[in-house]
Amino acid sequence: MTAAKLVRGALFYLLVAVIVFISVFPFYYAIITSLKTGTALFGTDLWPKMASFTNYVLVFSSGSFPRNLLNSLFISATVVVLSLLLGITAAYALARVAFRGRKVILFAILSVSMFPQLAVLAGLFELIRATHLINTPFALIFSYMIFTLPFTVWVLTTFVRDLPIEIEEAAIVDGATPWNIIIKVFMPLMWPALVTTGLLAFIGAWNEFLFALTFTSNNDERTVPVAIALLGGASDFEIPWGQIMAASVIVTVPLVVLVLIFQRKIISGLTAGGVKG
Amino acid sequence: MAQAELATSVAIVPAPARRSALMRQRIRSAWLFLTPMLIVLVAVAGWPLLRTIYFGFTNTSLVDFDNHQWIGFANYLRVIKLPSGRTLYSGLLVDPLWWRSVGNTVRFSIISVFFETIFGLVVALVLNAEFKGRGIVRAAILVPWAIPTIVSAKMWSWMLNDQFGIINVVLLALGIIHEKVAWTASADTAMTAVLIVDIWKTTPFMTLLILAGLQMIPTDIYEAAKIDGVSPLKVFWKVTLPLVRPALMVAVIFRLLDALRIFDLIYVLTPNNAQTKSMSVFAKENLFDFDKFAYGSAASTLLFLILAFITILYLWLGRVNLEGGR
Repeated sequence: MTAAKLVRGALFYLLVAVIVFISVFPFYYAIITSLKTGTALFGTDLWPKMASFTNYVLVFSSGSFPRNLLNSLFISATVVVLSLLLGITAAYALARVAFRGRKVILFAILSVSMFPQLAVLAGLFELIRATHLINTPFALIFSYMIFTLPFTVWVLTTFVRDLPIEIEEAAIVDGATPWNIIIKVFMPLMWPALVTTGLLAFIGAWNEFLFALTFTSNNDERTVPVAIALLGGASDFEIPWGQIMAASVIVTVPLVVLVLIFQRKIISGLTAGGVKG
Repeated sequence: MAQAELATSVAIVPAPARRSALMRQRIRSAWLFLTPMLIVLVAVAGWPLLRTIYFGFTNTSLVDFDNHQWIGFANYLRVIKLPSGRTLYSGLLVDPLWWRSVGNTVRFSIISVFFETIFGLVVALVLNAEFKGRGIVRAAILVPWAIPTIVSAKMWSWMLNDQFGIINVVLLALGIIHEKVAWTASADTAMTAVLIVDIWKTTPFMTLLILAGLQMIPTDIYEAAKIDGVSPLKVFWKVTLPLVRPALMVAVIFRLLDALRIFDLIYVLTPNNAQTKSMSVFAKENLFDFDKFAYGSAASTLLFLILAFITILYLWLGRVNLEGGR
């Protein structure tokens, strides 16, 4: 009986170990690769004999990677601010005011969140071309609204709906306008939801590839995912794997750290909004 | 200003009318709050979608973008009767390359979602148990989810590299393969490579959705089953699985929708590989790489219709509560 229990416990922890190993190893290996140079790159050592930051120095000193990093940062931050601003006011209206057409709007928002990016790519290209926004960060900021906005509105609406109505009634009695109710009453209560949705919107914008690939065509205007995808060499043997891995680690570490810090909030946000992975 | 307006209306108007004035004012400001969001949504989603559908019925090309004619359904299907009496068919609906990308996408979606569901269920069951180090495991499984798709594509293409990749080295050492495999380039293994990376990357998402469902199951059901001496396997089949099914269904359809529009991973991991080309990759290449903008728009429209159909299915099956939230 106890022996069987012991075996079962051991098997369980073996399974746990396998899960952790599979989840973490590829990223660990990317970090190790980024610290190797020269011929060491082509070995498969799991610990670098000589850790070197040459790849990181190269990534930052040559090419447009620093510029790409700034582009990504600027675009993602702006997308977060805009979608939260538009999202919070819309969420208040959708959650707290009973008006005709509310269901239709919620349905439309949900539908947009299911849109494949390809379905709007041709039309967006025409729009961005006509407004001369091609090769500017604004093309991406605008187009990213298609996936951050529906999600933000949806999750914030769910959140506002669950806030006690008495708080708002007290504010109305005091003569507060709806705008003041949002800013002074709801905003302070909504920090957890704003952090979660803001973070998820940031990750979405930071990782986006298709629009960034299509709407930018010179190296200086690209975002990091496109820059990493296009880092290449003349032949298979010249692909700068060390630098690709260094760039990958640079763009991923901040995300992993943020996700681990806010893991509880992110998990609740993901399951509440059912956002795409 | 609006504050003053509200204050006066409260002061002057008698009770019932005052209430409706307040209501009217609230509705007015609700629309005011909604308008910017709605304008952005129409500009970024509604209008571009209509234009994409429109372009699908034209002969637009990138070279001469503004000069295009309406050509009806010719991008979809065109029947040409030759003088010799033979009939030729052309267009998307008879294009073997399009149907191949449809086949690739469907095959990819079914296999990846199948394995993600099974692995997601296993990991969720593990995380639902109480054990030491659970927090570490939960943190660890979030790592693949947090890594950008492009980065995971590059990471894995390095590990799957035919000459120097660690996977070939390990498999050779274990005697599982006898010569180095060009995982991402070879026609036989490209789809497997895409599947491995996608399953690795998205199982965490599946796990979290299923775990949320598992945690809603009241624990006294398990206690009752334990007292009655029901075997754990039977508890799983008779209690856990039926109760977690709604959450599972929503997760599966969500993932399916996502898998059917896959682009990034395939475009970066296995570029120019006919065995993995998805509908999205097909449409994107026609739009911008092959200078067949109108043809690509038609393909995008079909992709949209397929996904719209599944979305409707999802809304119906998931019984989404339109009051906000599920």
